[in-house]
Amino acid sequence: MKKFLFAALLSFAPFAAWGGEAKDLAADPAVEKRMVALAQNLRCLVCQNESLASSHAELAEDLRREVREQIRAGKSDKEIYDYLVARYGDFVLYDPPLKSYTLLLWIGPFLMLLAGLGTLAYQLRKRHQTVPEAELSAEAQRRAAALLNDEEKQ
Amino acid sequence: MIPELGHFSLIVALMLALLQGVLPIWGAARGNAVLMGLARPVAAGQFVFVAIAFCALAYAFLTSDFSVLYVAQNSNSHLPAHYRFAALWGGHEGSILLWTFLLTIWTIAVGQFSKHLPQEMVARVIGVMGLISVGFLLFMLFASNPFERLLPAPGDGRDLNPLLQDPGMVIHPPMLYMGYVGFSVAFAFAVSALLGGHLDATWARWSRPWTTVAWVFLTLGIALGSGWAYYEMGWGGWWFWDPVENASFMPWLAGTALIHSLAVTEKRAAFKSWTVLLAIGAFSLSLLGTFLVRSGVLTSVHAFTTDPRRGLFILVFLVVVIGASLFLYAWRAPRIGLGGKFEVVSRESFLLANNVLLSAAAATVFLGTLYPLFVQALTGGQSKLSVGEPYFEAVFLPLMVPMVVLMGLGPIARWKQVSLLDLLKRVRWAAVVSFVLAAVLPFLLGKWTPLIALGLFLAFWTMSTVLVDLRKRMLRDGGVKGQSPSYYGMQLAHFGIAVFIIGVTLVKGYETERDVRMAPGETTVAGGYTFRFDGVRDIEGPNYRGVQGRVIASKDDKTVAQLYPEKRVYNASGMPMTEASIDTGLFRDLYVSLGEPIPDSNGAWAVRVYHKPFVDWIWAGCVLMALGGILALSDRRYRIHAKRKLAGGPASDDVVRKKQPARAVADRRSKTA
Amino acid sequence: MKRFIIPVAFLVFAGFLYVALTSGLDPHTVPSPFIGKPAPMFSMSQLHEPAKKFSPADMKGRVWLFNLWASWCESCRDEHPLLLALSQQSVVPIVGLDYKDKAADAEAWLAKGGNPYLLNVSDPEGRLGIDYGITGVPETFVIDKHGVIRYKEVGMVTPENLKEKILPLVAQLEQEP
Repeated sequence: MKKFLFAALLSFAPFAAWGGEAKDLAADPAVEKRMVALAQNLRCLVCQNESLASSHAELAEDLRREVREQIRAGKSDKEIYDYLVARYGDFVLYDPPLKSYTLLLWIGPFLMLLAGLGTLAYQLRKRHQTVPEAELSAEAQRRAAALLNDEEKQ
Repeated sequence: MIPELGHFSLIVALMLALLQGVLPIWGAARGNAVLMGLARPVAAGQFVFVAIAFCALAYAFLTSDFSVLYVAQNSNSHLPAHYRFAALWGGHEGSILLWTFLLTIWTIAVGQFSKHLPQEMVARVIGVMGLISVGFLLFMLFASNPFERLLPAPGDGRDLNPLLQDPGMVIHPPMLYMGYVGFSVAFAFAVSALLGGHLDATWARWSRPWTTVAWVFLTLGIALGSGWAYYEMGWGGWWFWDPVENASFMPWLAGTALIHSLAVTEKRAAFKSWTVLLAIGAFSLSLLGTFLVRSGVLTSVHAFTTDPRRGLFILVFLVVVIGASLFLYAWRAPRIGLGGKFEVVSRESFLLANNVLLSAAAATVFLGTLYPLFVQALTGGQSKLSVGEPYFEAVFLPLMVPMVVLMGLGPIARWKQVSLLDLLKRVRWAAVVSFVLAAVLPFLLGKWTPLIALGLFLAFWTMSTVLVDLRKRMLRDGGVKGQSPSYYGMQLAHFGIAVFIIGVTLVKGYETERDVRMAPGETTVAGGYTFRFDGVRDIEGPNYRGVQGRVIASKDDKTVAQLYPEKRVYNASGMPMTEASIDTGLFRDLYVSLGEPIPDSNGAWAVRVYHKPFVDWIWAGCVLMALGGILALSDRRYRIHAKRKLAGGPASDDVVRKKQPARAVADRRSKTA
Repeated sequence: MKRFIIPVAFLVFAGFLYVALTSGLDPHTVPSPFIGKPAPMFSMSQLHEPAKKFSPADMKGRVWLFNLWASWCESCRDEHPLLLALSQQSVVPIVGLDYKDKAADAEAWLAKGGNPYLLNVSDPEGRLGIDYGITGVPETFVIDKHGVIRYKEVGMVTPENLKEKILPLVAQLEQEP
């Protein structure tokens, strides 16, 4: 009898799970969140151009595991990036580091903007000086006035 | 037989394209009306033969003729019919045929809608487009033949990449290519002006509608690509700054600059040589994009199967087209003239500042996209660099902020001269209201960050300056009818940018994601919505099998949506695919995708749910921009009146000024933007 | 005259694209930051004798190849005959790293196909591979007498890269003190 009751009780167990709160997939959501933030700035090395955060490749899984372990070990963001750069070079970073050979990359946009604005300013000044005001002859002015007046009357 | 017919048609088309490219331009140089008159008919002939080739390839796909190598590589007998058709442009060879086909369509259109243009101009424009056709046809015939046979024919094809088996594939590439190819018209007009040696305001009026149409297509094409990536990729991203995405964005930026520059040239006959250079630039960027995507020099999720030999061919083509046009520009530009006078602070200078910013933006995307290649080539492969999202966002944003601010001021400024003080006075309320709203709203929405506030400020600033100007004009000029469609188009497009900015700001600022393991019956909460997982069931599609999950989303105990994310495996290729399920709403998207099943868990799965507020405003903004462009096109000054053929021949500034002041005045009469 | 800078600049740019295109640079290979640096230190169990450990320091004074492979890897199968030839002719000692593999599978495979390795190190979780910047298997490092990595071959060893890069380098390194 007891066995029967026990079995009957067990059969209700699945329903006890109904409406339960789903657990986070990650063992530790805080670590996971930080890992994803870091991984979004890192390249998946075996993919065609995907971030470490979104790639399904096996190496990407392994590298994400490494990053999680580094986070748990208390490493700073910079230390984690350095860890990966030591093994894979600057290529692994989507945010190009500021080094001698990336100087042009980082400064370039602002240089180009300044050059453009400078050229614009120069051209505007020059135009101001050289372009003559369009002059209508007296005859043409009278005709224009007549037409415009007609216009308004209509 | 049919594929051979297609192949033969391409050869005939090449012959016609050669004639089209050479004879009319020769005729224009010599003043030979007969040769110039050949332009339209020969172009029509080329169109017919390219169309035959296109139909032949479509036939091969629709009948699953796997003896054609390209069909075998990109299709499969179980592929649904509409995807079999779209597979035509799923690979490299077919996409080049699509490019060429669209080019012939644009050429016919130019021939059709140019009856009011001087004959030399039409001859040169169609001629230049013919020369471009020649390049693409040669490329196909010598390096990318879509009709190559595969014998013996395999029993079945390799199948279209499952990622491409989607409605997005049917519409995104054609839209995008219509944009790329459409810029060839602006290019052809520019080269034609350089060849002819003169350029006036009417040239700008003629080029402008063509450029706007191309721009509308490109805007929609890019928006479609972004939307497609959003629901296809399964992680809810919509822009990755991938080299291929950048390759489409650069011509868009240049094209936007071009539309605005044409406005200055049309209105004031000013900055003509810059406009010409920009027209050459926009199309050059389209071609450069083609090179980058197919040559194998850059890694991208989008890249076609690459082949350096093909890359070399495209490079040579690039050098010939762009190099020749730039040399022509350097040689002939001084002849074009300077145009009207305007003050340092005037609408013209605002528009030109817009051009500087857009050009700097395009140059920045260019720099970032090509820099890795630069580093790799210079160090012989020893050193490699990745330039991704963090870079582009860091440098792009500072350029966009001043541009959006100026966008609010430009339309309010008068042509020729405006007082800065006067201008600022008129917008002071718009500025204050925007500032206050932007400062306060984030708190109400739950989180305040400087970026969110900045985004909101820019959006509200744009909207309020649009409304300020609309109000002023309607009061002044008597209601809605008082303004031209061109004006409304501009304001609508600018308003669209504001909508876009709101979408980007709010989704980036406030989206929530939950990555959970869900057993059937379990729930999770994101963004105020409760998601309940009901397990999965097996499904079978026309060419795939898989599982389909059911997730019920509810808010305040009321069911809001039923979502059915899937995980498929395609039969022919064995490729797995995750199909997210999205509940689209005006103010938010609910996005669910399946991860992997949890082993030994009695049906539990890894499930990812997202709440994305206002994400659809991103694409709604793009659609508004495109609608603005279409509205601007409907302006009556672009409609072709038979009366326009007054004295016949081109109307140059001199003629307008000296001989026909009445006509000049009549032009100025229309209240255009 | 100044305007001609634009087309000329374009041609320079096109020239650079040409160089990039024809130099045969593979956009996918990840260059190793270890070239010219000491091989990362480790001490790992050996495949055939798990009780014994191996460390790069054990190979000091000798030029050697460090080959990363796995029994589940197709290309490793393809390069295997070349490695066998190298070991049979005693050209240069090869130490293997069995990457993300089951020991039983690896041992069975070596028993069947022949064992070109001086010894093998087990890396079941792939951590050592990551320490060496692995992006896939097979990969081969050329390490000199002082334990400095001098070259990395990403992908399999082929007759071409043996003849053109690896063997000449090994010969050169043997000459060095």
